[in-house]
Amino acid sequence: MNPLTTPVGVSHFMAVGAVMFVCGVVCMAAKRNALGVLMGIELVLNGANINFVAMSSPFLSAHGRGGLGLDGQFIALFVIVLAAAEAAVALAITLNFYNNHATIDVDRADELRG
Amino acid sequence: MEAINWHSFFFFLFALVACGLAVMVVLSANIVRMAFYLTISLGATAGLFFLAGADFVGAMQLMIYVGGTLVLLVFGVMLTAQGPFVSMKTRGGDWILAAILSATLLAMLVPAAFTVPEWLGPGGGHHAAEHGVTSTGSAVAPLSQPTSTPLGLGLLGVRVDKLGDQPEELKAGMASYLLPFEIISVHLLVVLVGAAYLARTKRRRDVRPSDVRPSDVRLESP
Repeated sequence: MNPLTTPVGVSHFMAVGAVMFVCGVVCMAAKRNALGVLMGIELVLNGANINFVAMSSPFLSAHGRGGLGLDGQFIALFVIVLAAAEAAVALAITLNFYNNHATIDVDRADELRG
Repeated sequence: MEAINWHSFFFFLFALVACGLAVMVVLSANIVRMAFYLTISLGATAGLFFLAGADFVGAMQLMIYVGGTLVLLVFGVMLTAQGPFVSMKTRGGDWILAAILSATLLAMLVPAAFTVPEWLGPGGGHHAAEHGVTSTGSAVAPLSQPTSTPLGLGLLGVRVDKLGDQPEELKAGMASYLLPFEIISVHLLVVLVGAAYLARTKRRRDVRPSDVRPSDVRLESP
């Protein structure tokens, strides 16, 4: 079956979302740069957003009915706005940490270790 | 030879760009290149939103994410990318753990996405054939309505997309997003004020405010 001649569905979108989610999780876990961790968070939120939008689309499921309707797009919009807010605060914290410690290595941020 | 479904073609194009550059964000060690790859990946994600029929969300993705959040991130990169912080290598043991984690997550998530037959696409699952949906491959759906008006009205408390769904007595309490919209706008204001307060440049002061007694202050003032 040629994938280019058959219509795509929610599953394909969710596979893309899963790949972006996993990339974000690995980015958060493996990067030592604090800004790299931030970029991982953005990737995770985007993977979730792809799932929400795909579930809300009426063109992708078998019965021509989106499972979430327009609610998925509302949630996706809220996620985008919250990601912007989160990036602003996290960047401010990162800059503060950089000003105080002259490094952005997250492994060096161990002052709160018990 | 069937005709190429251009919806599927552009989906695979955008999906390839989005996933490939997301993987390159993970594999790259240079923070500046990571920011660039992330920009392209999020732009391709906006293309995926357009393909799913969410035109307003795709436009917001381009404007807020690619135009706002990533500019913020790039500013952070420029302010901190000095000398040893441009490229910070991950240790080998971390890579092995990350590879195990990612392989496990992918092996769980991707097959799970393909288990529901309704999600396999219009005409993809066998349910669709039972219900008489043609699987010609062309013309996925009729032309979509623009979603910006229903979304905007839903944020104001009127769900024009659900008017026919509910009985009359439930319409007064119909689920709308006025309260979350207000909460999120106040939240955004508070967060941005807090971020500006956190990131302001502080002058180094030798005397902490707790050390200054009121009598000292009174002596300085004329």
